[in-house]
Amino acid sequence: MTKTQQIENPYIPEPARIVRHYDLVKDHRFFQVRHVDMKRAMSFTYNPGQFIMLSIPGLGEAPFSISSTPSRPGILEMGIRKVGKLTEALFKKKDNDIIYIRGPYGNGFKIDQMRGKDIIIVAGGLGVIPLRSILYYVLDNRDQFGRLFFLYGAKNPDEILFKTEFFQLKNRVDIECLYTVDVDTSGEWTEAVGVVTRLFEHLPEIDPSRSAAVVCGPPVMYKYVIQELLKLKIPKNQIQMTLERKMECGVGKCGHCVLDHLYTCIDGPVFTYWDTLHFRELI
Amino acid sequence: MRILKMDSKYLKEFLESLRMFGKLYGPIWKRDVLTHDHVENVDDLVLDGEHTLIPVKKLFHPKRFNTMRFNEEGFTPNYSMFEKRVLIGAHPCDIHSLLRLDEVFLTDPADPYYKGLRENTAIIGFSCLPTENSLCRSTGTDIVESGFDLFFVDLEDIYLVWVGSSLGHDMILEKEEFFDENVTHADIQKYIQWREMRNDMFKKSFNFRDMPDIMELSYNSEIWDYFAEKCLSCGSCTMVCPTCNCYTLTDVFDVTNKTEGRRERVWDSCMFVDYSLVAGPHNFRGKRADRLKLWYTHKLKAFGGEYGRPACIGCGRCVDTCPVDINVLTIAEAFTSCEVPAK
Repeated sequence: MTKTQQIENPYIPEPARIVRHYDLVKDHRFFQVRHVDMKRAMSFTYNPGQFIMLSIPGLGEAPFSISSTPSRPGILEMGIRKVGKLTEALFKKKDNDIIYIRGPYGNGFKIDQMRGKDIIIVAGGLGVIPLRSILYYVLDNRDQFGRLFFLYGAKNPDEILFKTEFFQLKNRVDIECLYTVDVDTSGEWTEAVGVVTRLFEHLPEIDPSRSAAVVCGPPVMYKYVIQELLKLKIPKNQIQMTLERKMECGVGKCGHCVLDHLYTCIDGPVFTYWDTLHFRELI
Repeated sequence: MRILKMDSKYLKEFLESLRMFGKLYGPIWKRDVLTHDHVENVDDLVLDGEHTLIPVKKLFHPKRFNTMRFNEEGFTPNYSMFEKRVLIGAHPCDIHSLLRLDEVFLTDPADPYYKGLRENTAIIGFSCLPTENSLCRSTGTDIVESGFDLFFVDLEDIYLVWVGSSLGHDMILEKEEFFDENVTHADIQKYIQWREMRNDMFKKSFNFRDMPDIMELSYNSEIWDYFAEKCLSCGSCTMVCPTCNCYTLTDVFDVTNKTEGRRERVWDSCMFVDYSLVAGPHNFRGKRADRLKLWYTHKLKAFGGEYGRPACIGCGRCVDTCPVDINVLTIAEAFTSCEVPAK
């Protein structure tokens, strides 16, 4: 056998340092991580919509969306909910602690098809985490896109992620931010109340053929949001959504993320509404 | 392709000579189960065409192994399973199954473990005769044109030997005196008769070619519920299927006080209820009918976006094994006739 050093092994996680973390809301934490190897950190690039596999030795590995934009290289950002064994261990990590990552994986959003078009980003709950990547990508390359609409809904004001950041965006003139909560539990909420589809009433007239939509949210949300986008006559292949599935390898070998005969990890996680009409089980 | 002739009396000595190319593996009896394992004595090899319970994939995609070690310093891959091997007695369906697994595991980025095991293993194929449940004539995998180094067709007193690779050629050169280039008209006749005899021996068949469309058309059929009702979710079908490749990973700590251990890889089954379960918890495929549908989509319609062919290679193991008679045959029959099997 050839020397082991010559064997390419896509499964070996690379060490990365937690450079900063803070709580977004209860049980939801924001992490900034950087490859320990500085050269690797600076050369590491990805597409908005891609994900990484994150390991803690002994606790296992799981996929997480990248929430930062490749237009701001060097640091990877993730928003993570404490929901299982691995994330519980991750929440015990402190700044400067080492975790292990590999990737990026998946296809990411079809940015080339989005250029020159008006962009409608529709996020529900945690779905805003992967969409934050494309949101900032569009803002960082503002001249390449048309108008930008950012629709974000959460259950209540206490569950709005990136609240400060997103409310600061409201001051910008080159983006229209529409936020809503299902129920205003705080009594101090200044934005809309109701499900995220209600925000579509506030959109100005759009040219559907020159518009692209990206959607991410809980499974129940897709059906209703897509109905609204179809009412606007946006072509089915210009509606992209990013999906979650169980994943173990990230590279199309372990089988778990299979949908019909596609793998979410290599054929997705971004699929168009058109894809979902041809491949069952997508949404 | 070059085809040579060898007198049957040389077989044992020739197989013995292959040890210089690697450790011998092949079907042998072990605790009353026919299985692919290390061969101490070539007399132990079972080359009469009987099927092993567990398919040949186990030698390339091991049931359980350590992919890497971890400690405070990170992860170190484990390639200790790589050794030069010669696999003797692979049937045409076995070879087809490896070619299908190649499509999954060798597609960029290649799985380094499968790749290492595959590249270090010579394949010496052997002809077989259909078993009670062989379906390989239906799936077009009853003969093989590539994927072996040597392939032996057993014509009783002689073997016809297909030379499929440069390595196979080298193996022949080591015992050149056993092989005869002069294949006679009589030998050809004998081969043709053997083919005809073999073709007539198949007892079962199914409409494999039309199954992709039938599966697509039957997606919402209530017949799935009939099978789901019976299915035990035991996963036997996936363990015995030569083209099932799913696996799961588990980190296992060593029994020490340090952060040290291994990342272990074990076969998984899409029939298991937790196959698509994520933290939350949310189960993307909690229903048995959905899990069965997924398996048969892969076997009879297409698997993998890139290489969209059905994966079934017609070995008949699911027919042999499923305790409640859910298999490619009963599924194909039910969806072709739109009737559930009679009790």
